[in-house]
Amino acid sequence: MAYSEKVIDHYQHPKNVGTLDKSKKTVGTGLVGAPECGDVMRLQIEVDESTGLITDAKFKTFGCGSAIASSSLATEWLKGKSVDDAIKIDNMTIVEELNLPPVKIHCSVLAEDAIKAAVNDYRKKNGLEELKFEDSVIH
Amino acid sequence: MLNFPIYLDHNATTPCDPRVVEAMIPYFTNNFGNAASRNHAFGWQAEEAVDLAREQVAQLIGADPKEIIFTSGATEADNLAIKGVFEMYASKGNHIITCNIEHKAVLDTCKHIEKEGGEVTYLKVKDNGLVDLAELEAAIKPTTILIALMYANNEIGTVMPMKEIGAIAKRHGVLVFSDATQAVGKIPVDVNTDGIDLMAFTGHKMYGPKGVGALYVRRKNPRVKVTAQMDGGGHERGMRSGTLNVPGIVGFGKACEICRLEMAEETKKLSALRDKLETELLKVEESYLNGDKEHRLPHVSNISFKYVEGEGLMMGFNKNIAVSSGSACTSASLEPSYVLKALGLGDDLAHSSLRFGLGRFTTEEQIDYTIKQVTDTVNKLREMSPLWEMFKEGIDMNSIEWAHH
Repeated sequence: MAYSEKVIDHYQHPKNVGTLDKSKKTVGTGLVGAPECGDVMRLQIEVDESTGLITDAKFKTFGCGSAIASSSLATEWLKGKSVDDAIKIDNMTIVEELNLPPVKIHCSVLAEDAIKAAVNDYRKKNGLEELKFEDSVIH
Repeated sequence: MLNFPIYLDHNATTPCDPRVVEAMIPYFTNNFGNAASRNHAFGWQAEEAVDLAREQVAQLIGADPKEIIFTSGATEADNLAIKGVFEMYASKGNHIITCNIEHKAVLDTCKHIEKEGGEVTYLKVKDNGLVDLAELEAAIKPTTILIALMYANNEIGTVMPMKEIGAIAKRHGVLVFSDATQAVGKIPVDVNTDGIDLMAFTGHKMYGPKGVGALYVRRKNPRVKVTAQMDGGGHERGMRSGTLNVPGIVGFGKACEICRLEMAEETKKLSALRDKLETELLKVEESYLNGDKEHRLPHVSNISFKYVEGEGLMMGFNKNIAVSSGSACTSASLEPSYVLKALGLGDDLAHSSLRFGLGRFTTEEQIDYTIKQVTDTVNKLREMSPLWEMFKEGIDMNSIEWAHH
Protein backbone atom coordinates (compact mmCIF):
# COMPACT_ATOMS: atom_id res chain seq x y z
CA MET A 1 0.00 0.00 0.00
CA ALA A 2 1.46 3.30 -1.03
CA TYR A 3 1.19 6.31 1.24
CA SER A 4 -0.28 9.59 0.03
CA GLU A 5 2.13 12.42 -0.66
CA LYS A 6 0.75 14.40 2.26
CA VAL A 7 1.41 11.53 4.68
CA ILE A 8 4.93 11.17 3.35
CA ASP A 9 5.52 14.91 3.68
CA HIS A 10 4.36 15.01 7.31
CA TYR A 11 6.42 11.89 8.05
CA GLN A 12 9.57 13.37 6.53
CA HIS A 13 9.02 16.87 7.86
CA PRO A 14 6.84 16.51 10.94
CA LYS A 15 5.50 19.79 12.31
CA ASN A 16 5.65 20.66 15.99
CA VAL A 17 7.48 17.65 17.39
CA GLY A 18 8.30 18.27 21.00
CA THR A 19 7.28 18.62 24.59
CA LEU A 20 5.55 21.41 26.51
CA ASP A 21 5.93 21.83 30.26
CA LYS A 22 3.06 19.75 31.53
CA SER A 23 3.32 21.22 35.03
CA LYS A 24 2.09 24.56 33.71
CA LYS A 25 -1.56 25.36 34.30
CA THR A 26 -1.87 26.68 30.76
CA VAL A 27 -0.75 23.39 29.20
CA GLY A 28 -3.10 20.50 28.50
CA THR A 29 -1.71 17.04 27.73
CA GLY A 30 -3.47 14.14 26.03
CA LEU A 31 -1.85 10.69 25.96
CA VAL A 32 -3.81 8.09 24.01
CA GLY A 33 -3.25 4.64 22.56
CA ALA A 34 -1.12 1.84 23.99
CA PRO A 35 2.29 0.38 23.18
CA GLU A 36 0.73 -3.08 22.72
CA CYS A 37 -1.55 -1.72 20.03
CA GLY A 38 1.38 -0.29 18.11
CA ASP A 39 0.49 3.35 18.50
CA VAL A 40 0.75 5.94 21.25
CA MET A 41 0.10 9.63 20.70
CA ARG A 42 0.92 12.46 23.05
CA LEU A 43 -0.54 15.79 22.07
CA GLN A 44 -0.13 19.00 24.07
CA ILE A 45 -1.70 22.43 23.79
CA GLU A 46 -0.77 25.69 25.43
CA VAL A 47 -3.65 28.11 25.95
CA ASP A 48 -3.61 31.89 26.36
CA GLU A 49 -5.87 32.30 29.38
CA SER A 50 -7.03 35.79 28.44
CA THR A 51 -8.17 34.94 24.91
CA GLY A 52 -8.87 31.20 25.23
CA LEU A 53 -6.85 30.64 22.09
CA ILE A 54 -4.33 27.86 21.58
CA THR A 55 -0.92 29.52 21.16
CA ASP A 56 1.22 26.40 20.82
CA ALA A 57 0.78 22.70 20.13
CA LYS A 58 3.31 19.86 20.25
CA PHE A 59 3.20 16.13 19.67
CA LYS A 60 5.21 12.97 20.00
CA THR A 61 3.95 9.76 18.42
CA PHE A 62 4.96 6.12 18.47
CA GLY A 63 3.31 4.53 15.47
CA CYS A 64 3.14 4.12 11.74
CA GLY A 65 3.54 6.92 9.19
CA SER A 66 -0.18 7.65 9.16
CA ALA A 67 -0.27 8.04 12.94
CA ILE A 68 2.69 10.41 12.82
CA ALA A 69 1.11 12.40 9.98
CA SER A 70 -2.29 12.57 11.74
CA SER A 71 -0.80 14.01 14.90
CA SER A 72 1.50 16.37 13.02
CA LEU A 73 -1.48 17.70 11.05
CA ALA A 74 -3.57 18.00 14.23
CA THR A 75 -0.97 20.26 15.87
CA GLU A 76 -0.95 22.48 12.80
CA TRP A 77 -4.71 22.84 12.89
CA LEU A 78 -4.82 23.47 16.63
CA LYS A 79 -2.59 26.52 16.68
CA GLY A 80 -4.67 29.68 16.72
CA LYS A 81 -7.93 27.87 17.36
CA SER A 82 -10.03 28.46 20.47
CA VAL A 83 -10.27 25.55 22.87
CA ASP A 84 -13.95 25.24 22.03
CA ASP A 85 -13.25 25.01 18.32
CA ALA A 86 -10.42 22.52 18.87
CA ILE A 87 -12.78 19.83 20.05
CA LYS A 88 -14.80 20.21 16.88
CA ILE A 89 -11.96 18.77 14.79
CA ASP A 90 -13.41 15.60 13.34
CA ASN A 91 -11.30 12.58 12.53
CA MET A 92 -12.87 12.30 9.07
CA THR A 93 -11.48 15.73 8.17
CA ILE A 94 -8.03 14.34 8.93
CA VAL A 95 -8.80 11.25 6.83
CA GLU A 96 -9.78 13.47 3.89
CA GLU A 97 -6.85 15.83 4.21
CA LEU A 98 -4.30 12.99 4.35
CA ASN A 99 -6.12 10.58 2.01
CA LEU A 100 -5.91 7.83 4.61
CA PRO A 101 -7.05 4.39 3.44
CA PRO A 102 -9.72 2.54 5.51
CA VAL A 103 -7.14 0.49 7.46
CA LYS A 104 -5.56 3.72 8.70
CA ILE A 105 -8.74 5.46 9.88
CA HIS A 106 -7.92 4.45 13.44
CA CYS A 107 -4.87 6.75 13.27
CA SER A 108 -7.15 9.73 12.70
CA VAL A 109 -9.47 8.59 15.49
CA LEU A 110 -6.49 8.47 17.78
CA ALA A 111 -5.57 12.05 16.85
CA GLU A 112 -9.13 13.23 17.54
CA ASP A 113 -9.06 11.43 20.88
CA ALA A 114 -5.70 13.03 21.72
CA ILE A 115 -7.10 16.51 21.06
CA LYS A 116 -10.09 15.86 23.30
CA ALA A 117 -7.89 14.40 26.02
CA ALA A 118 -5.58 17.44 25.88
CA VAL A 119 -8.52 19.86 26.12
CA ASN A 120 -9.99 17.98 29.05
CA ASP A 121 -6.65 17.94 30.82
CA TYR A 122 -6.48 21.72 30.37
CA ARG A 123 -10.06 22.16 31.64
CA LYS A 124 -9.41 19.97 34.65
CA LYS A 125 -6.31 21.95 35.59
CA ASN A 126 -8.30 25.14 35.42
CA GLY A 127 -11.22 24.00 37.52
CA LEU A 128 -13.56 23.45 34.61
CA GLU A 129 -15.79 20.45 34.26
CA GLU A 130 -14.40 17.77 31.94
CA LEU A 131 -16.35 17.38 28.74
CA LYS A 132 -18.02 14.08 28.02
CA PHE A 133 -17.52 12.69 24.56
CA GLU A 134 -19.28 9.86 22.92
CA ASP A 135 -16.92 6.95 22.53
CA SER A 136 -15.27 6.92 19.17
CA VAL A 137 -16.79 4.33 16.93
CA ILE A 138 -13.64 2.85 15.47
CA HIS A 139 -11.01 1.67 17.90
CA MET B 1 27.22 1.98 -7.53
CA LEU B 2 24.12 1.18 -5.56
CA ASN B 3 20.96 0.40 -7.46
CA PHE B 4 17.70 1.08 -5.68
CA PRO B 5 15.58 -0.37 -4.27
CA ILE B 6 17.69 -2.88 -2.34
CA TYR B 7 15.90 -6.18 -1.74
CA LEU B 8 16.35 -7.64 1.74
CA ASP B 9 13.16 -9.68 1.98
CA HIS B 10 14.36 -13.02 0.64
CA ASN B 11 12.21 -14.98 3.10
CA ALA B 12 9.16 -13.67 1.29
CA THR B 13 10.40 -14.61 -2.14
CA THR B 14 13.57 -14.61 -4.22
CA PRO B 15 14.29 -13.43 -7.74
CA CYS B 16 14.72 -16.13 -10.35
CA ASP B 17 18.35 -16.88 -11.03
CA PRO B 18 19.01 -15.99 -14.70
CA ARG B 19 20.33 -19.53 -15.22
CA VAL B 20 16.94 -20.83 -14.08
CA VAL B 21 15.06 -18.61 -16.52
CA GLU B 22 17.33 -19.68 -19.33
CA ALA B 23 16.61 -23.35 -18.62
CA MET B 24 12.85 -22.70 -18.57
CA ILE B 25 12.42 -20.68 -21.76
CA PRO B 26 12.38 -23.53 -24.35
CA TYR B 27 9.57 -25.24 -22.41
CA PHE B 28 7.18 -22.36 -23.00
CA THR B 29 7.51 -22.41 -26.79
CA ASN B 30 9.22 -25.16 -28.76
CA ASN B 31 9.10 -27.84 -26.08
CA PHE B 32 5.58 -27.20 -24.93
CA GLY B 33 4.44 -30.81 -24.71
CA ASN B 34 2.30 -32.37 -22.03
CA ALA B 35 4.46 -34.70 -19.95
CA ALA B 36 1.56 -37.13 -19.82
CA SER B 37 1.36 -37.49 -23.61
CA ARG B 38 2.88 -40.92 -24.00
CA ASN B 39 2.62 -41.34 -27.77
CA HIS B 40 4.55 -38.56 -29.43
CA ALA B 41 7.83 -36.71 -29.34
CA PHE B 42 6.38 -33.59 -27.72
CA GLY B 43 5.25 -35.59 -24.72
CA TRP B 44 8.48 -37.57 -24.52
CA GLN B 45 10.52 -34.39 -24.53
CA ALA B 46 8.47 -32.89 -21.72
CA GLU B 47 8.61 -36.09 -19.72
CA GLU B 48 12.35 -36.25 -20.10
CA ALA B 49 12.69 -32.68 -18.82
CA VAL B 50 10.48 -33.45 -15.83
CA ASP B 51 12.49 -36.59 -15.08
CA LEU B 52 15.71 -34.60 -15.00
CA ALA B 53 14.14 -31.95 -12.74
CA ARG B 54 12.79 -34.63 -10.42
CA GLU B 55 16.31 -35.97 -10.11
CA GLN B 56 17.75 -32.50 -9.44
CA VAL B 57 15.15 -31.84 -6.76
CA ALA B 58 15.61 -35.25 -5.15
CA GLN B 59 19.39 -34.90 -5.10
CA LEU B 60 19.23 -31.66 -3.12
CA ILE B 61 17.41 -33.37 -0.25
CA GLY B 62 18.97 -36.84 -0.44
CA ALA B 63 15.80 -38.47 -1.75
CA ASP B 64 14.95 -40.87 -4.54
CA PRO B 65 13.37 -39.13 -7.58
CA LYS B 66 10.30 -41.35 -7.24
CA GLU B 67 9.67 -39.78 -3.84
CA ILE B 68 9.09 -36.28 -5.28
CA ILE B 69 5.49 -35.18 -5.88
CA PHE B 70 5.31 -31.89 -7.76
CA THR B 71 2.72 -29.41 -6.51
CA SER B 72 1.82 -25.76 -7.06
CA GLY B 73 3.93 -24.72 -4.09
CA ALA B 74 4.55 -25.28 -0.40
CA THR B 75 1.04 -24.37 0.74
CA GLU B 76 -0.43 -27.11 -1.42
CA ALA B 77 2.26 -29.54 -0.27
CA ASP B 78 1.49 -28.70 3.39
CA ASN B 79 -2.20 -29.34 2.80
CA LEU B 80 -1.57 -32.56 0.91
CA ALA B 81 0.78 -33.91 3.57
CA ILE B 82 -1.35 -33.17 6.62
CA LYS B 83 -4.81 -33.84 5.20
CA GLY B 84 -3.46 -36.75 3.16
CA VAL B 85 -1.88 -38.47 6.17
CA PHE B 86 -4.90 -37.76 8.36
CA GLU B 87 -7.18 -39.48 5.86
CA MET B 88 -4.82 -42.30 4.86
CA TYR B 89 -3.95 -43.27 8.45
CA ALA B 90 -7.39 -42.76 10.00
CA SER B 91 -7.49 -46.36 11.16
CA LYS B 92 -4.27 -45.85 13.16
CA GLY B 93 -5.28 -42.69 14.98
CA ASN B 94 -6.33 -39.08 14.67
CA HIS B 95 -3.74 -37.14 16.69
CA ILE B 96 -1.27 -34.67 15.17
CA ILE B 97 1.45 -32.75 16.98
CA THR B 98 2.64 -29.39 15.67
CA CYS B 99 3.83 -26.11 17.19
CA ASN B 100 2.61 -22.56 17.57
CA ILE B 101 5.09 -20.85 15.22
CA GLU B 102 4.31 -22.90 12.13
CA HIS B 103 3.32 -21.13 8.94
CA LYS B 104 -0.40 -20.47 8.51
CA ALA B 105 -0.48 -23.09 5.75
CA VAL B 106 0.23 -25.68 8.45
CA LEU B 107 -1.67 -24.09 11.35
CA ASP B 108 -4.84 -23.48 9.36
CA THR B 109 -4.68 -26.97 7.86
CA CYS B 110 -4.44 -28.34 11.40
CA LYS B 111 -7.48 -26.28 12.39
CA HIS B 112 -9.30 -27.83 9.44
CA ILE B 113 -8.28 -31.28 10.71
CA GLU B 114 -9.77 -30.44 14.12
CA LYS B 115 -13.08 -29.62 12.45
CA GLU B 116 -12.93 -32.99 10.74
CA GLY B 117 -12.69 -34.76 14.09
CA GLY B 118 -8.92 -34.81 14.45
CA GLU B 119 -7.03 -33.89 17.60
CA VAL B 120 -4.10 -31.48 17.37
CA THR B 121 -1.51 -30.59 20.01
CA TYR B 122 0.14 -27.21 19.46
CA LEU B 123 3.47 -27.27 21.28
CA LYS B 124 4.61 -23.92 22.62
CA VAL B 125 8.14 -23.10 21.52
CA LYS B 126 10.74 -21.89 24.00
CA ASP B 127 11.88 -18.24 24.09
CA ASN B 128 14.51 -19.05 21.46
CA GLY B 129 11.92 -20.34 18.99
CA LEU B 130 12.78 -24.06 19.30
CA VAL B 131 10.53 -26.86 20.56
CA ASP B 132 11.34 -28.61 23.81
CA LEU B 133 12.15 -32.21 22.83
CA ALA B 134 11.00 -33.65 26.17
CA GLU B 135 7.69 -31.89 25.74
CA LEU B 136 7.40 -33.24 22.22
CA GLU B 137 8.00 -36.80 23.35
CA ALA B 138 5.56 -36.41 26.24
CA ALA B 139 2.86 -35.23 23.84
CA ILE B 140 2.96 -38.48 21.83
CA LYS B 141 -0.04 -40.73 22.46
CA PRO B 142 -1.11 -44.13 21.11
CA THR B 143 -3.37 -42.25 18.66
CA THR B 144 -0.59 -39.97 17.35
CA ILE B 145 -0.07 -40.42 13.61
CA LEU B 146 1.99 -37.37 12.66
CA ILE B 147 4.49 -34.87 14.00
CA ALA B 148 4.38 -31.73 11.81
CA LEU B 149 7.24 -29.34 12.60
CA MET B 150 8.82 -26.74 10.37
CA TYR B 151 12.49 -27.11 9.48
CA ALA B 152 13.22 -23.38 9.71
CA ASN B 153 10.98 -20.52 10.71
CA ASN B 154 10.10 -17.88 8.16
CA GLU B 155 10.13 -14.88 10.50
CA ILE B 156 13.10 -15.50 12.76
CA GLY B 157 15.04 -18.10 10.77
CA THR B 158 15.50 -20.53 13.65
CA VAL B 159 16.24 -24.13 12.67
CA MET B 160 14.49 -26.93 14.55
CA PRO B 161 16.49 -29.97 15.76
CA MET B 162 15.09 -32.19 13.01
CA LYS B 163 17.46 -35.14 13.60
CA GLU B 164 16.41 -35.38 17.24
CA ILE B 165 12.76 -34.91 16.32
CA GLY B 166 13.09 -37.63 13.68
CA ALA B 167 14.69 -40.02 16.21
CA ILE B 168 11.91 -39.46 18.76
CA ALA B 169 9.25 -40.06 16.10
CA LYS B 170 10.95 -43.25 14.94
CA ARG B 171 11.07 -44.61 18.50
CA HIS B 172 7.32 -44.16 18.77
CA GLY B 173 6.42 -45.22 15.24
CA VAL B 174 5.03 -41.80 14.32
CA LEU B 175 5.49 -40.14 10.92
CA VAL B 176 7.37 -36.83 10.61
CA PHE B 177 6.26 -34.10 8.23
CA SER B 178 8.36 -30.95 7.90
CA ASP B 179 7.51 -27.70 6.17
CA ALA B 180 11.04 -26.99 4.95
CA THR B 181 10.16 -24.07 2.69
CA GLN B 182 12.75 -21.77 4.26
CA ALA B 183 15.46 -24.39 4.77
CA VAL B 184 15.79 -26.34 1.51
CA GLY B 185 18.42 -24.77 -0.71
CA LYS B 186 19.78 -22.68 2.19
CA ILE B 187 21.18 -25.29 4.57
CA PRO B 188 21.96 -28.99 4.09
CA VAL B 189 18.72 -30.97 4.35
CA ASP B 190 18.79 -34.76 4.04
CA VAL B 191 15.54 -36.62 4.52
CA ASN B 192 17.32 -39.80 5.55
CA THR B 193 19.76 -38.48 8.13
CA ASP B 194 17.05 -36.11 9.40
CA GLY B 195 14.47 -38.88 9.67
CA ILE B 196 11.81 -37.05 7.70
CA ASP B 197 8.92 -38.95 6.08
CA LEU B 198 7.17 -36.09 4.31
CA MET B 199 8.53 -32.66 3.46
CA ALA B 200 7.15 -29.57 1.72
CA PHE B 201 9.23 -26.98 -0.12
CA THR B 202 8.94 -24.57 -2.99
CA GLY B 203 10.82 -23.10 -5.94
CA HIS B 204 10.41 -19.38 -5.40
CA LYS B 205 12.25 -19.32 -2.06
CA MET B 206 15.39 -20.67 -3.72
CA TYR B 207 15.75 -18.57 -6.86
CA GLY B 208 13.30 -20.67 -8.84
CA PRO B 209 9.92 -19.69 -10.27
CA LYS B 210 6.71 -19.12 -8.29
CA GLY B 211 3.86 -21.59 -8.59
CA VAL B 212 5.87 -24.78 -8.32
CA GLY B 213 6.84 -26.78 -5.27
CA ALA B 214 7.12 -30.33 -4.07
CA LEU B 215 6.07 -32.77 -1.43
CA TYR B 216 8.61 -35.42 -0.58
CA VAL B 217 6.86 -38.68 0.32
CA ARG B 218 9.03 -41.52 1.67
CA ARG B 219 8.82 -44.83 -0.20
CA LYS B 220 10.95 -47.06 2.01
CA ASN B 221 11.27 -47.58 5.78
CA PRO B 222 8.40 -46.92 6.03
CA ARG B 223 6.48 -46.68 2.78
CA VAL B 224 4.27 -43.60 3.25
CA LYS B 225 1.09 -42.81 1.38
CA VAL B 226 -1.18 -39.80 1.36
CA THR B 227 -4.76 -39.54 0.17
CA ALA B 228 -5.00 -37.29 -2.88
CA GLN B 229 -6.75 -33.98 -2.23
CA MET B 230 -7.68 -33.35 -5.83
CA ASP B 231 -9.44 -35.72 -8.19
CA GLY B 232 -8.30 -36.04 -11.77
CA GLY B 233 -5.95 -37.84 -14.08
CA GLY B 234 -3.93 -39.54 -11.37
CA HIS B 235 -0.63 -37.79 -12.05
CA GLU B 236 2.27 -37.96 -9.61
CA ARG B 237 1.67 -41.57 -8.56
CA GLY B 238 -1.97 -40.77 -7.96
CA MET B 239 -1.23 -38.31 -5.20
CA ARG B 240 -1.55 -35.07 -7.15
CA SER B 241 -3.64 -34.87 -10.28
CA GLY B 242 -3.24 -32.08 -12.78
CA THR B 243 -1.12 -31.50 -15.87
CA LEU B 244 2.45 -30.93 -14.83
CA ASN B 245 3.75 -27.36 -14.97
CA VAL B 246 6.69 -28.37 -17.17
CA PRO B 247 8.52 -25.01 -17.48
CA GLY B 248 8.03 -24.38 -13.76
CA ILE B 249 9.29 -27.83 -12.85
CA VAL B 250 12.32 -27.44 -15.14
CA GLY B 251 13.12 -24.11 -13.41
CA PHE B 252 12.60 -25.61 -9.98
CA GLY B 253 14.97 -28.44 -10.85
CA LYS B 254 17.63 -26.08 -12.12
CA ALA B 255 17.25 -23.92 -9.01
CA CYS B 256 17.77 -26.98 -6.82
CA GLU B 257 20.88 -27.96 -8.75
CA ILE B 258 22.39 -24.48 -8.38
CA CYS B 259 21.62 -24.43 -4.65
CA ARG B 260 23.22 -27.86 -4.18
CA LEU B 261 26.41 -26.86 -5.99
CA GLU B 262 26.78 -23.36 -4.55
CA MET B 263 25.31 -23.68 -1.06
CA ALA B 264 28.58 -23.94 0.85
CA GLU B 265 30.06 -20.84 -0.73
CA GLU B 266 26.84 -18.87 -0.58
CA THR B 267 26.36 -19.67 3.10
CA LYS B 268 29.83 -18.40 3.87
CA LYS B 269 29.21 -15.12 2.08
CA LEU B 270 25.71 -14.58 3.42
CA SER B 271 26.45 -15.37 7.05
CA ALA B 272 29.38 -12.93 7.00
CA LEU B 273 27.15 -10.17 5.60
CA ARG B 274 24.31 -11.03 7.96
CA ASP B 275 26.65 -10.99 10.94
CA LYS B 276 27.98 -7.59 9.95
CA LEU B 277 24.48 -6.17 9.59
CA GLU B 278 23.35 -7.69 12.86
CA THR B 279 26.40 -6.67 14.88
CA GLU B 280 26.10 -3.07 13.75
CA LEU B 281 22.34 -2.85 14.29
CA LEU B 282 22.55 -4.41 17.74
CA LYS B 283 24.85 -1.54 18.69
CA VAL B 284 21.78 0.68 18.55
CA GLU B 285 20.58 1.26 22.10
CA GLU B 286 17.60 -0.90 23.18
CA SER B 287 17.70 -3.21 20.18
CA TYR B 288 17.15 -6.93 20.58
CA LEU B 289 17.74 -10.02 18.46
CA ASN B 290 14.69 -12.28 18.14
CA GLY B 291 15.15 -16.06 18.06
CA ASP B 292 18.06 -18.37 18.75
CA LYS B 293 21.43 -16.98 17.69
CA GLU B 294 23.06 -20.37 17.04
CA HIS B 295 20.44 -22.60 15.48
CA ARG B 296 19.29 -20.58 12.54
CA LEU B 297 19.55 -19.89 8.83
CA PRO B 298 22.64 -18.03 7.63
CA HIS B 299 20.82 -15.22 5.85
CA VAL B 300 18.14 -14.02 8.28
CA SER B 301 18.12 -11.58 11.17
CA ASN B 302 15.07 -10.39 13.09
CA ILE B 303 15.66 -7.40 15.35
CA SER B 304 13.34 -5.32 17.55
CA PHE B 305 14.09 -1.63 18.00
CA LYS B 306 12.26 -0.77 21.18
CA TYR B 307 10.09 2.38 21.32
CA VAL B 308 9.73 2.72 17.57
CA GLU B 309 6.96 1.07 15.56
CA GLY B 310 8.01 -1.25 12.73
CA GLU B 311 5.84 0.10 9.95
CA GLY B 312 6.72 3.68 10.78
CA LEU B 313 10.34 2.61 10.78
CA MET B 314 10.12 0.96 7.36
CA MET B 315 8.53 4.08 5.96
CA GLY B 316 11.77 5.91 6.66
CA PHE B 317 13.66 3.90 4.05
CA ASN B 318 11.26 1.71 2.12
CA LYS B 319 11.70 3.75 -1.01
CA ASN B 320 15.22 2.36 -1.15
CA ILE B 321 15.24 -0.77 1.02
CA ALA B 322 12.70 -3.62 1.13
CA VAL B 323 12.43 -5.47 4.44
CA SER B 324 9.45 -6.72 6.43
CA SER B 325 8.11 -6.13 9.91
CA GLY B 326 6.32 -8.10 12.61
CA SER B 327 4.17 -5.07 13.15
CA ALA B 328 0.71 -5.52 11.74
CA CYS B 329 -0.40 -1.95 11.56
CA THR B 330 -1.99 -2.51 8.17
CA SER B 331 -3.87 -5.67 9.03
CA ALA B 332 -7.47 -5.33 10.10
CA SER B 333 -6.77 -7.07 13.41
CA LEU B 334 -3.85 -4.80 14.38
CA GLU B 335 -2.35 -7.92 15.92
CA PRO B 336 1.42 -8.13 15.68
CA SER B 337 3.28 -11.28 14.62
CA TYR B 338 2.09 -14.45 16.39
CA VAL B 339 5.55 -15.91 15.92
CA LEU B 340 7.25 -13.15 17.90
CA LYS B 341 4.52 -13.28 20.55
CA ALA B 342 5.11 -17.04 20.86
CA LEU B 343 8.71 -16.27 21.85
CA GLY B 344 7.33 -14.39 24.83
CA LEU B 345 7.91 -10.96 23.34
CA GLY B 346 5.52 -8.29 24.51
CA ASP B 347 3.26 -6.80 21.86
CA ASP B 348 5.33 -3.62 22.01
CA LEU B 349 8.53 -5.41 21.00
CA ALA B 350 6.70 -7.40 18.35
CA HIS B 351 5.42 -4.15 16.85
CA SER B 352 9.00 -2.86 16.80
CA SER B 353 10.59 -5.66 14.81
CA LEU B 354 12.21 -5.79 11.40
CA ARG B 355 13.15 -8.92 9.46
CA PHE B 356 16.19 -8.72 7.23
CA GLY B 357 16.47 -11.52 4.67
CA LEU B 358 19.66 -11.50 2.63
CA GLY B 359 20.08 -13.34 -0.65
CA ARG B 360 22.29 -14.57 -3.45
CA PHE B 361 22.72 -11.14 -4.99
CA THR B 362 23.13 -9.09 -1.79
CA THR B 363 26.33 -7.02 -1.70
CA GLU B 364 28.39 -5.57 1.13
CA GLU B 365 27.70 -2.08 -0.20
CA GLN B 366 23.97 -2.72 0.19
CA ILE B 367 24.49 -3.90 3.75
CA ASP B 368 26.55 -0.83 4.66
CA TYR B 369 23.85 1.43 3.25
CA THR B 370 21.15 -0.47 5.15
CA ILE B 371 23.00 -0.22 8.45
CA LYS B 372 23.21 3.54 8.09
CA GLN B 373 19.62 4.06 6.93
CA VAL B 374 18.07 1.89 9.63
CA THR B 375 20.18 3.38 12.40
CA ASP B 376 19.40 6.95 11.31
CA THR B 377 15.68 6.27 11.02
CA VAL B 378 15.51 4.60 14.43
CA ASN B 379 17.21 7.62 15.98
CA LYS B 380 14.98 10.06 14.13
CA LEU B 381 11.77 8.28 15.14
CA ARG B 382 12.86 7.97 18.73
CA GLU B 383 13.19 11.75 18.83
CA MET B 384 9.46 11.86 18.17
CA SER B 385 8.47 8.84 20.26
CA PRO B 386 6.71 9.61 23.56
CA LEU B 387 7.76 6.17 24.77
CA TRP B 388 11.44 6.86 24.16
CA GLU B 389 11.08 10.11 26.13
CA MET B 390 9.46 8.23 29.03
CA PHE B 391 12.16 5.58 28.90
CA LYS B 392 14.86 8.25 29.00
CA GLU B 393 13.14 9.92 31.97
CA GLY B 394 13.02 6.59 33.79
CA ILE B 395 9.22 6.37 33.82
CA ASP B 396 7.90 2.86 34.35
CA MET B 397 5.64 2.30 31.36
CA ASN B 398 3.77 -0.46 33.13
CA SER B 399 2.60 2.10 35.70
CA ILE B 400 0.69 4.03 33.03
CA GLU B 401 -2.95 3.30 32.48
CA TRP B 402 -3.01 2.93 28.72
CA ALA B 403 -6.21 3.52 26.84
CA HIS B 404 -6.36 0.15 25.06
CA HIS B 405 -8.29 0.34 21.89
